Amino acid sequence: MNLDALPIEKLLLKRKSLRRELLSGSNLHDLRIAVLGGSTTNELVDLLEVLLLNSGFRPTFYQSEYNRYYEDAVLEPQLIANFRPDLTYIHTTAVNIQSYPPLTCTEAELPGHVTAETERFRRIWQSIQQHVDCQIVQNNFELPANAILGNLDAVSPAGRTRFTNELNLALACAARENPRLILQDIQGLATRLGLEKWTDPNRWFSYKLATTIDGSFAIACSLASIVRAVYGKSRKCLVLDLDNTLWGGVIGDDGPDKIQIGRETAIAEAYTDFQEYCLSMQKRGILLAVCSKNNDATAKQGFEHPDSVLKLEHFSAFKANWEPKHENILAIAKELNLGVDSFVFVDDNPAERVIVEAQIPGVAVPDVGTDVSRFAAILEAGRFFEPISLAEDDLQRAKQYEANSQRADAEKKFANYDEYLDSLEMTAEIEPFRPVYMDRIVQLTNKTNQFNLTTRRYTLAELESAIANNHIGIYGKLTDRFGDNGLVSVILGRIENVDLHLDLWLMSCRVLKRDMELAMLDRIAELGRRAGVHTLYGYYRPTAKNGLVSDHYTKMGFTLCSHDSETVTWWLDIRNYRARNNHIKLMELSNG
Amino acid sequence: MDNLLPEVQDIFRDIFDQPNLVITRASNASTVDDWDSLAHINLITAIEKHYKIKFALGELQELKNVGEMLNLMQAKLAAK
Repeated sequence: MNLDALPIEKLLLKRKSLRRELLSGSNLHDLRIAVLGGSTTNELVDLLEVLLLNSGFRPTFYQSEYNRYYEDAVLEPQLIANFRPDLTYIHTTAVNIQSYPPLTCTEAELPGHVTAETERFRRIWQSIQQHVDCQIVQNNFELPANAILGNLDAVSPAGRTRFTNELNLALACAARENPRLILQDIQGLATRLGLEKWTDPNRWFSYKLATTIDGSFAIACSLASIVRAVYGKSRKCLVLDLDNTLWGGVIGDDGPDKIQIGRETAIAEAYTDFQEYCLSMQKRGILLAVCSKNNDATAKQGFEHPDSVLKLEHFSAFKANWEPKHENILAIAKELNLGVDSFVFVDDNPAERVIVEAQIPGVAVPDVGTDVSRFAAILEAGRFFEPISLAEDDLQRAKQYEANSQRADAEKKFANYDEYLDSLEMTAEIEPFRPVYMDRIVQLTNKTNQFNLTTRRYTLAELESAIANNHIGIYGKLTDRFGDNGLVSVILGRIENVDLHLDLWLMSCRVLKRDMELAMLDRIAELGRRAGVHTLYGYYRPTAKNGLVSDHYTKMGFTLCSHDSETVTWWLDIRNYRARNNHIKLMELSNG
Repeated sequence: MDNLLPEVQDIFRDIFDQPNLVITRASNASTVDDWDSLAHINLITAIEKHYKIKFALGELQELKNVGEMLNLMQAKLAAK
């Protein structure tokens, strides 16, 4: 069943049977989540469970007793520590705020009240961080149900609306400073839904539920998208139909001059607005692709329209032909080296949506309807592209994919491959993990499936704790004459006496066949030798997606050691190791 | 509108994920397995969503069985 198009009324009824169905699936990623609530959290957790199951996780939950979030975290943290959560979610709402200022509160006194409330939560996070290595998610606060002071409630230092806004700002600043803390914006969720639809006093008095079912569902969707983002499962590519999706009308019938785009009519303006939305996604690192039933040349004319906000250069892939759309989407996935589970498909035609959804499990196919003015809101509600942080790399990515096609052109002109590699003028920075790159390292570790020898997943906490304990972790960044590819490769080795066990070796496929793996091997061997290592042990654990690297260690000159059903093991003596990379210049870090 | 029971029975079957569950006007929390306080919230929420009605605070506490709930629903639907 397509959960992306299932309204809450249906989900509420089908939740138990969906849960049963999804639990029987294979390859689910086990996940332990502690939920510390200031209200009854069962409804929220039930919905979250089925959404996470649908995203490939098998969650196990710990829930604090009603309104014991502070006690559980600060006074009896052992309960949570024993549960060993991967993620702890602190769910509190306006009813849990304790330090609302009195009516006599002055401007000078207000910050004290805000700090008092913020500190209470800071103690919760600190205690959790002390006792468990886990990701923490804290939500901010929706505005109070009643504005006692009317409009002044948002202005006066005694106003609860003003206080909530100040508190939310303080929480945002706290999250900016603490890499383990992710802030969930339920103020935004409540605003989009409307406070009247967000809470129901009846539910609070009767069941201590802080939100309506619609509110619980919005929170669960948002939280599921945060979890997907933490584990590198956010989607990366927006695949778009053309006629009546990116412009009004049928370009093949109406002609490029007659399509509806621009500012002349209401309809044209709505399509322009959706194009601007797509462009803003592209600018923040989401790839755009076209999948349209059209002649290629005709389709491209649409983007030459002077009012078209989107231009051809904004698309990383362009398929306009008469083949079935699901086949084109598979071709786009191959071309971009991305899994279809990172795609979201937008088409006004329900028949196309149905066939894509049926033929390619994993592609998100939201029911966008046929009204372009609703497309962006429906995509937003699906929370497909949740980022955890705005990494430089995300902003660069769209450009890199463009540069890739130039590289492919350049490749054709060289007599041999070495000559081509040299012409790329590659420079790499390969160094031990640095705090500034940890977000990207975690992101890459959790989303790389093809060039990934062991497909082990690590949270930030696990990686940080590994490198503090007898591990060597290195990252590689690669630049060439077409652009900066960013951080593209990671190796994590575990030292045991004179052996270095390579628990993790992965690389982004966009730098495949560039000798980057040799440069990485050179560096890990060098660092290993400095640490007294004699032998490298390499492991290959086959999955459905990593066949590409089944002979990686053979290519790297390792000797086969053993293999069982799950793991193939190789070794390499590095006592007399000589560097092998000839095509990539290593960059020294200026300040260590 | 006359006989809400079959449709309400379907809602019960979905919520409890028991396709053969039989609900009568005499059913109540003590005669249906798994009808605990959390399931109760789910049932009430599903019924409110499905029929686009709202139960007022305290209205449900007085009810002894499904039959009485159906009467209350009938009254609400008639008043719409």
